[in-house]
Amino acid sequence: MSSIMAAKVRQKRVAQLIAHGKRLDGREPTDYREIQIESGLIERAEGSARVRLGKTEVLVGIKIEAGEPFSDVPNEGVLTVNAELVPLASPTFEAGPPDENSVELARVVDRGIRESKAIVLEDLCVEPGKKVFIVFVDIYVLNHDGNLIDASALASLAALMNTKMFNYEVKEGEIKIKPGYKPLPMRNYPIAVTFAKINDKLIVDSWLEEEQVMDARLTMAAEKDGKICAIQKGGYGYFTAQQIFEASKIAQQKAVELRKLVVKE
Amino acid sequence: MSQKKPGKLIDENDVRLDGRKLNEMRPLKIEVGILGNADGSAYIEHGKNKILAAVYGPREIHPKHQALPDRAALRCRYHMAPFSVQERKSPAPSRRELELSKVIREALEPSIFTEYYPRTAIDLFIEVLQADGGTRCAGITAASLALADAGIPMRDLVSACAAGKVEGRLVLDLTDMEDKSGEADMPLAYMPNLNAVTLLQMDGMLTNEEFEQVVNMTLEGCKQINQLQKEALRAKYEAVKEAEIEKEEVEEEGEE
Repeated sequence: MSSIMAAKVRQKRVAQLIAHGKRLDGREPTDYREIQIESGLIERAEGSARVRLGKTEVLVGIKIEAGEPFSDVPNEGVLTVNAELVPLASPTFEAGPPDENSVELARVVDRGIRESKAIVLEDLCVEPGKKVFIVFVDIYVLNHDGNLIDASALASLAALMNTKMFNYEVKEGEIKIKPGYKPLPMRNYPIAVTFAKINDKLIVDSWLEEEQVMDARLTMAAEKDGKICAIQKGGYGYFTAQQIFEASKIAQQKAVELRKLVVKE
Repeated sequence: MSQKKPGKLIDENDVRLDGRKLNEMRPLKIEVGILGNADGSAYIEHGKNKILAAVYGPREIHPKHQALPDRAALRCRYHMAPFSVQERKSPAPSRRELELSKVIREALEPSIFTEYYPRTAIDLFIEVLQADGGTRCAGITAASLALADAGIPMRDLVSACAAGKVEGRLVLDLTDMEDKSGEADMPLAYMPNLNAVTLLQMDGMLTNEEFEQVVNMTLEGCKQINQLQKEALRAKYEAVKEAEIEKEEVEEEGEE
């Protein structure tokens, strides 16, 4: 019980500080925690990356398999994003079929990659209408300390950029894998920036204790030319139109900074 | 309801396929209190969208562990009928429906004084009978009225509509075809009297300037919808009042 009381006192402190533009860990409202990105940790996967965002840790693995295209885009490969809130990552995660939180996480990450047309899906077509390659992006949350969306989106982008597409040839309608690899064709690099609204103030990259006191959440994904390519509001509170416009401008600036960590040009 | 895409969705005079202007909403028809068993209900026709919303509660919560000590638990199910779209949709809830149920719940919860009913459930069901783009918005518009019809204390009505970009032009209230072949679609839910945006999503690509214009377009659209919502709510109670007066008159005649 005392720990619950202590937690409540801390939460109140977190919220009070933010009202004055300060944060308990000393960051500015638009500062991210320390970010570490490691690519290619899983040899069995075509691509992989682990992102550490403070104590939040997300691993993304990419698998590529042959499959059927969607009937409305017969000459394009398929992108599939799935997220697992693995029980070892948090006392609040439970094993079982994906709940609404993991479905939302996967769909928001998916939206950024899909709408910015990050992967050149046309290059993944083997036989129009019959056979294409499916890119499976599997998000594995390993430690939950807030802001899973940004960490997952960053890890997904890093993993896609790390993905090696095997060489192949088609013999009698069958795909035969040949030696050698080339990079997965990419044309855009979407970055998600998530805001929390606490005491009517916006902060980026909230950690768990900040998420527990936030009124509402807003994710904006920006693509390489600065356009906004995906938005998602979450949480039980609301935003004013002015706060939304403010968030879109900050998101575009932060996206440029974050992209430099993954895309070295 | 042919799904074949014609050559152009917007002609040289800025007129859309269904004859609308760029910033024109599809026609709306809203009715309140149309289901017998539900505590509150509403039906909306938004263009070709036909959607029912029903509210049960505040009522006892099952399973009990879902009870919240300080407020009512709002539970929401957004569901599409198998026959609501061109190709039959499996009745099992899809990932899209799961996500929409969540964002719709979060769009409506800020409008409800849930703290008045701790340990209870407010169950909200949205059934899409026919879909033609913008079902989550029309669903929210109807659901907010169903909540009001159930007599649940609310801070404001929630009104929702979408705007986006089609063939390089910014347009209000996209149809399914405009959404599928357009460049961007942004649904938004709004409480006009509190200036509060409670749902915001976007698929597609927009520059900052376009984004601000699209937000302002949807806010205007929401204000129009809010007027229609209030009229629909008033119409129900006027009908009740007229029925009562008629009843009284019949009774008086009987006494004479």
